[in-house]
Amino acid sequence: MLGKTAGGLFWMFRYLERSENTARLIEAGFRIALTRADGDDDEWGSVLQTAAVAHLYYQKHETLEAAKAIDFLLRDATNPSSVLTAISAARMNARLVRTAITREVWEAVNDTYMILKQRLTRPVSARDLPEVLALIRQQSALVRGAMHGTMLRNDIFDFCRLGTFLERADNTARILDVKYYVLLPSISQIGSSLDNVQWETILRSVAGQRAYRWITQGETSPMGIADFLVFDGRMPRSLAFSVGKMATNLAYLERAYGQRHPCHDQIDVISARLTHGTIERVFEDGLHEFITDFLTDIARLGQQVETDYRFLG
Amino acid sequence: MSDTDRFFDEMLTPEGTPRGPYASYGRWFDGEDLRELRKKSAEAENFFRRTGITFNVYGQAEADERLIPFDIVPRVISAREWARLTKGIEQRVRAINAFLHDIYHRQEILRAGRVPVEIIARNDAFLPQMIGMAPPGNVYTHIVGTDLVRTGEDEFFVLEDNARTPSGVSYMLENRETMLQMFPELFTRIKVQEVSDYPRDLRRSLAASAPSNCSGDCTVAILTPGIHNSAYFEHAFLADQMGIELVEGHDLRILDGKVAMRTTEGYKPIDVLYRRVDDDFLDPLSFNPESQLGVPGIMDVYRAGGITIANAPGTGIADDKAIYSYMPDIVEFYTGEKAILQNVPTWRCSEAESLKYVLDNLSELVVKEVHGSGGYGMLVGPAASKKELAAFRKKLEARPANYIAQPTLALSTVPILTQKGLAPRHVDLRPFVLVAPDRISITPGGLTRVALKKGSLVVNSSQGGGTKDTWVLEE
Repeated sequence: MLGKTAGGLFWMFRYLERSENTARLIEAGFRIALTRADGDDDEWGSVLQTAAVAHLYYQKHETLEAAKAIDFLLRDATNPSSVLTAISAARMNARLVRTAITREVWEAVNDTYMILKQRLTRPVSARDLPEVLALIRQQSALVRGAMHGTMLRNDIFDFCRLGTFLERADNTARILDVKYYVLLPSISQIGSSLDNVQWETILRSVAGQRAYRWITQGETSPMGIADFLVFDGRMPRSLAFSVGKMATNLAYLERAYGQRHPCHDQIDVISARLTHGTIERVFEDGLHEFITDFLTDIARLGQQVETDYRFLG
Repeated sequence: MSDTDRFFDEMLTPEGTPRGPYASYGRWFDGEDLRELRKKSAEAENFFRRTGITFNVYGQAEADERLIPFDIVPRVISAREWARLTKGIEQRVRAINAFLHDIYHRQEILRAGRVPVEIIARNDAFLPQMIGMAPPGNVYTHIVGTDLVRTGEDEFFVLEDNARTPSGVSYMLENRETMLQMFPELFTRIKVQEVSDYPRDLRRSLAASAPSNCSGDCTVAILTPGIHNSAYFEHAFLADQMGIELVEGHDLRILDGKVAMRTTEGYKPIDVLYRRVDDDFLDPLSFNPESQLGVPGIMDVYRAGGITIANAPGTGIADDKAIYSYMPDIVEFYTGEKAILQNVPTWRCSEAESLKYVLDNLSELVVKEVHGSGGYGMLVGPAASKKELAAFRKKLEARPANYIAQPTLALSTVPILTQKGLAPRHVDLRPFVLVAPDRISITPGGLTRVALKKGSLVVNSSQGGGTKDTWVLEE
């Protein structure tokens, strides 16, 4: 396979994952805004921060407003993580790697692009937002389904999966990075209803609220939520799960090509920290430091994969 | 005189009954409901859009992808007609390859005075870099798309030879695929020759032209200018169908005397490169130094026999419109036979007498740029306004050698489906020819382009043309 193709697959799936994650962040932000009495728009600040586009938002708008933030996250062409930009980028990459994906995957991506482009021609009203977000989720599921149902399990598949899980690990870690303070023990906030809403938001942004309750039988605790998102291998958006998938796919590549690269050493280190660590230990050493280190490691891993598999000339 | 008298309708006789090749189709069509067929038409468009069969239009502000409209009425050719056409095309393609070899070696045809020296010497399409160079297997034009037009029952003319990088073959394949999906019952009633072998034949044909130092499995790849090229869909489609890599210039480099592509496992040598990049952009060291699309040094590898480039650089000299007028002589010179397919009479505006004739009769003629393609920069006299004629006259007088002129041909028509039922529209035909060292093969079918506007004679997709599935019937 061409290095360029591997890179195209990797980025196609990163962007697909990103569009879905952005949609989930909007959903969580929308939800918290609804449940708030004071009606301030602070929550959108942390949503923009989580999506790492706050600085871009302020280049365009002076004040933080829900409608503007939603539009920026959904449709803005200057926002590289907006749903529409991410889907367009995913499709652009899909065209680039058209020979490596099945017709069904291509059609699913192309359909998704055409449907969302059409639906997002104009700003989406608050009333229509839930339906539009559901549509985005549905379309993502369609692409994923086409991929799982029709693609060979070979190096092509591995690069797709690497893109998906690198983006996902990055996203979940960012949510924790922006919200870590909510999870830290603090005397003033304990037991307050604000906390519950915040925790709920975190779980919602990773579609984990129901799963978490089911696992913990309704007991909500900051450390429990952090443990769920960092270490729980059953949770498909946790760091442990995402890193585990990357480790597996990198191992497949190592076997298929008969070549071990620096990225394999890197994933081993990241993996070990998640398989041997405990949440108590992480809180002791500092949750924020742990997350910051993780984000750096993941970014480095992405670059190393790019070098080792010759994405660029 | 009505249109039906002036133009040959391929489907219907002047009495309105289907001609031989359309007999079965006509019967089927009469039993169909027009509204249902209109619905199928819309379905087809949707199918194309989903599949991503699009092209980019040059010179449009928004470089959006467009669909080439597809018409669901097939263009039908009988086995007998096809046999004669293929014989003529094969003869012509053989002559073109012999001509190219000659023109880059001993230049017998110039010495014999059958083609004037100036027309070669002053031609940008002639590449001095190719002089004395023999491509592997002595094949210059591995892929040819011969444009034909029809004016009567047995009257076919060659309009253009397209010996550089003809496109459109993906439409031949996808149009058939679409028809098979929409009207499966038609294909059980009417025996139509398959076109689906084309990708396999193309790969085999390319591999057969590999350099002699390639033993065993030859690596074939397609070189594309990239995702923004108007024919990118076709490049990706063919690579996919052939199961080969689609590369861009920046994926390639020269390593140990071979052109090699950057893969996830390191650099891998390529033996045959089907390039969809123009000569000028192929190698910045030999041609346009600004080119980012090519591979620096590929011409050295080529000259040393390390790679096959398909089509060979410099083949443009054979499909140049100034050379075109000499094709009957060229065919005769190299094959010793009269050309089976006719040329359209052509006035070379470089010649004073011809220029005078062309200027005097401008409103009757079609004038084309010698190096133009895609219907750009051409004048269709009968359809042009006074203003357009005057403007073109100025251009002609300023640079006469840049133009040739031809009579406006009474192009045949094939019906398309409109709101009100069938209506005749003008068509042309591009069959696709594959040339390997040991054989020439022509896929039974091709690309039928159709001018969708009533009365229009310009079939180019960039100028509002559409396409049809082309059926060659079994014996």
